[in-house]
Amino acid sequence: MPKLNLNREPMPRQAPKLRGKNFNEVALGYSAEQALAEASRCIQCPKRPCMDGCPVEVDIPDFIKAIRDGDMPEAVRILKSKNSLPGICGRVCPQESQCEAACSLAKKEAPIAIGRLERYVADWERANRQSIDSPVVPPTPTGKRVAVVGSGPASLTAAADLVKLGHGVTLFEALHVAGGVLMYGIPEFRLPKDIVQTEVDYVTSLGVELQLDSVVGKVMTIDELLNNGYHAVFLGTGAGLPMFLNIPGENLNGIYSANEFLTRVNLMKAYRFPEYDTPVKVGRKVAVIGGGNVAMDSARCALRLGAEEVYIVYRRSEVELPARREEVENAMEEGIYFKLLTNPKQMLGNEQNWVVGMECFKMELGEPDASGRRRPITIPGSEFIIDVDVVIVALGTTPNPLIAQTTPSLETTRRGTVVADEATGKTVKDKVWAGGDIVTGAATVISAMGAGRRAATSIDEYLRGQ
Amino acid sequence: MYKILLRQDLVPNIHLFKVAAPVVAKKAQPGQFVVIRIDEKGERIPLTIADWDKKEGSVTIVFMEVGTTTHRLALVEAGDFITDFIGPLGLPTHIDKLGSVVCVAGGFAVATIMPIARAMKEKGNKVISIMGARNKNLIFWEDELRSVSNQLIVTTDDGSYGRKGLVTEPLKELLEGSERIDRVIAIGPSVMMKFCALTTEPFGVKTIVSLNPIMVDGTGMCGCCRVSVGGATKFACVDGPDFDGHQVDWDLLFARQRIYIDEEKRSFEQWQSQDGVSS
Ligand SMILES: Cc1cc2nc3c(=O)[nH]c(=O)nc-3n(C[C@H](O)[C@H](O)[C@H](O)COP(=O)(O)OP(=O)(O)OC[C@H]3O[C@@H](n4cnc5c(N)ncnc54)[C@H](O)[C@@H]3O)c2cc1C
Ligand SMILES: Cc1cc2nc3c(=O)[nH]c(=O)nc-3n(C[C@H](O)[C@H](O)[C@H](O)COP(=O)(O)OP(=O)(O)OC[C@H]3O[C@@H](n4cnc5c(N)ncnc54)[C@H](O)[C@@H]3O)c2cc1C
Ligand code: FES
Repeated sequence: MPKLNLNREPMPRQAPKLRGKNFNEVALGYSAEQALAEASRCIQCPKRPCMDGCPVEVDIPDFIKAIRDGDMPEAVRILKSKNSLPGICGRVCPQESQCEAACSLAKKEAPIAIGRLERYVADWERANRQSIDSPVVPPTPTGKRVAVVGSGPASLTAAADLVKLGHGVTLFEALHVAGGVLMYGIPEFRLPKDIVQTEVDYVTSLGVELQLDSVVGKVMTIDELLNNGYHAVFLGTGAGLPMFLNIPGENLNGIYSANEFLTRVNLMKAYRFPEYDTPVKVGRKVAVIGGGNVAMDSARCALRLGAEEVYIVYRRSEVELPARREEVENAMEEGIYFKLLTNPKQMLGNEQNWVVGMECFKMELGEPDASGRRRPITIPGSEFIIDVDVVIVALGTTPNPLIAQTTPSLETTRRGTVVADEATGKTVKDKVWAGGDIVTGAATVISAMGAGRRAATSIDEYLRGQ
Repeated sequence: MYKILLRQDLVPNIHLFKVAAPVVAKKAQPGQFVVIRIDEKGERIPLTIADWDKKEGSVTIVFMEVGTTTHRLALVEAGDFITDFIGPLGLPTHIDKLGSVVCVAGGFAVATIMPIARAMKEKGNKVISIMGARNKNLIFWEDELRSVSNQLIVTTDDGSYGRKGLVTEPLKELLEGSERIDRVIAIGPSVMMKFCALTTEPFGVKTIVSLNPIMVDGTGMCGCCRVSVGGATKFACVDGPDFDGHQVDWDLLFARQRIYIDEEKRSFEQWQSQDGVSS
C-alpha cells in the first residue's frame, strides 16, 4: 500500500492586503496540477464515510477518481447527477463539518479537500461547457404544473428536479433577480454572481419559467395559485426577516441590518456607486454585531468599501464563532478586529441622530446552554464605549411572515418557521410542500438544496398518483 | 419589463404614468404602493398606486421630480419600458363607514389620496378634501378630487389660487366647527403630515398618515424603512405605510430620510454632468 500523503494542497488566494481593496474572488481555485495532486491523495477507502457527511450524497470517491484518471466529463457527470449547483457548493458549503469531517484522513488532520475539488470540477465545466455533450432527453410532459415560490437554492433544486421529471414549473421570485441569498447576501468575493447566474440560467434552460418581481402573498396567495392551474406548490422563501437587538438607539442613522447592508452592496451594487445608483454608508469605524457567516461577510464588505477599522463584536469567545473557520481566518488575515466576549448595551447618537458610539458589556462564559455552547454572562459594571459611525446588526433572520399570514391552515412554529415533514417536505396544508430556511430557520445552502430535492421527489410521487 | 402606456405632465415637475402591470392591477387597493426600478443600474424607489384598471391591466403612478431617479423617470415616454414594477406592497388603507372623513393632500399626494377619498365616499362617508400646493402652477386634479368629495378646499402657500395659507388652517377650522369629524387622513410631505397630526391631536380625532421613509425591497426584508410608532419599531413597508399620526416619532422619520443626503447630491450632480438633459 502506498504511503499516505498528508499534504493538503493549499488553495491559492489573493493576498490579504490586496483583496481587502477589491470585490474579486478571494479563493482563486486549483490549477489542473493541484487538482490532480489533491485527487491523488484520496485512498478510495471502501467504506466511503465522506458520502455520509454529504447532505445530498454525492458519490465523492467516484468523482475524485475521475479527476485522477483525467476524465473530467465523467467527473462532471457524477457530481451533477447528485448536486445541481456544484460551483456554488464547492465555494460555500461548510465541508469542514460535513464530508471533510467524515473523511478517513480527517483523523490525521489532512482530509481530502473535497470542496476545492468540487469547485474545480464545476469551474472546469463552466469553462468547457460546449465540449461536453450532455444528451438532454426531453422528458415526457406530465401535464401537471407546480408553482415554486422563491428562487434560492431550495427552490432552484426543486424546480430543476421537477422540470426534468416532465412537470411544468414556474418560479415566483419577489426580487428583481433570482438566486435568493446567493445573489443578495453572499458577497461577490466569496461567490461570484456570474456563477450563480449561470446556475439560474441552467435551470431556466431546462424549461422552468421564471417570474421575477412577484411577491407571493401580495400578487397572489398560495390558494390562488392552487385554484389557478397549479397542482402543487413548493415554498422555498427562506428566512429573510432581519432580527434586531431591541436596545436603545437602534434606529439611529448608520445602523443597518446585515440584510440591508448586504442587499445594498451585493444586489444593488452600491460598491459601484454612483455608476449604480444605490448608495451605502461606508463609515470609518464599523462594528458588526454577530459571529456567523453573515457577520463575516458584512465586515469584509465594509473593509472593501474603504472603512478604516472594522470590528466583529461577538458575545462568546473565538471557539464558539458560528462562521466557517475558513472565513474567520480570511477575515482575521484581512485585518478585521475581533472584539470577543462583548455585547452591546445601547447605541449612542449625536444631534443629527447619527450613531457615534456603542456602549458594550464585557462578558464571561458560564455553563453550557441548550445549544451546547457555554452561555455568555454579563459582567456587571464592565461597560465601555466603542467609537463607531456605522453598525451592522448580523444577529440572524427568521422567515418573513407574509406567506404564513396569507395562507390559512399552514402550520408555523413560534420562531415563524413553517412546519414540514423532514423526509418529504410536506406541510400540513394540502398540495403544499416547503423546504430550506423557511422550515429550518437560517441554515446552509446544501441543506436547502437537500430539502428541495426531497420535496421534488415527494411532489412527483403525489402528482403521478393523482 | 413594464410598458408605459400613457404619460401626462400634470404640472411641470409632476408626471403621471399609466403602466402595463396586469397582476398588480388585479390586486391593488387604496393606500398600497409599488417599488420601481428604471433599469439595471437604477435604484429601487417606492411610489404610491394612484389608480388602477383591472380590465386594461394598468396601474397609474404620479411622481414628483426630486432627485436622480425621479428626474430620470421623467425622461421616460409613453411606449418606453422600465425594468421593474413590483407590487402591490404595503397594507391597504383601512376603509370603513366612519361618518365624516377629512382627506388632506399636499403636493403630488393629491393623486395618491384619490383612491382613498373615492373608497371612503363609496362606503358612504361624507368626504371633505383639502388640497394644498405652493402656488397656482402646481395645482392639478382639482376637478378629479372634487368629484369624489362632498366638499373641496384648495389652498396655496402664496395665495395665487384658492385660499392663501397652509392646509392645516382649514383643517383646524373644520375641527373647531360644529360638524363632527370622525377621521382625518393626511398624505403629503412629511412635515405637512406632522403638522396635520399636531393640529388634530388636541381634538382627539384619529389621524392616519402615510409614512415615506427610505425603502429598498419593500417586502420586510431589510429594515431600512423602520419607523417608531407608539414607542415600537415598525417596518413601514409591511406594517404600514399607514400609521396613527399621533403615535409617530416624527423626528426619527425626518432624520432617517436624510441618511443619504450627501450621496443623493453626488449622484444628482454626476447624473446632470453626464447624462442630464438641461432644461
Ligand atoms: C450573508 C450570508 C452568508 C451565508 N453564507 C453561507 C455559507 O457560507 N455557506 C452556507 O452553506 N450557507 C450560507 N448562508 C446561508 C444560506 O445562504 C441559506 O441557508 C440558503 O440560501 C437558504 O436557501 P433557501 O432556498 O431556503 O432560501 P433563500 O436563499 O433565502 O431564498 C429565498 C428566496 O425567496 C424569495 N422570497 C421570499 N419571500 C417571497 C415571496 N413572498 N414571494 C416570492 N419570493 C419570495 C426571496 O427573495 C429569496 O430570493 C449564508 C447566508 C447569508 C445571509
Ligand atoms: C410608501 C411610499 C410611497 C411614495 N409615494 C410617492 C409617490 O406616489 N409619488 C412621489 O413622487 N413620491 C413618492 N414617494 C417618495 C419617493 O419614493 C421619493 O421621492 C424617491 O425615492 C426619490 O428618489 P430620487 O432618486 O429621485 O431622489 P433622491 O435624491 O435619491 O432622494 C430625495 C429624497 O427622497 C427620499 N428617498 C430617496 N431614496 C428613497 C427610497 N429608495 N425610498 C424612499 N424614499 C427615498 C429621501 O428622503 C431623499 O432625501 C413615496 C415614498 C414612500 C416610502
Ligand atoms: S423596505 Fe426593506 S424592510 Fe421595508
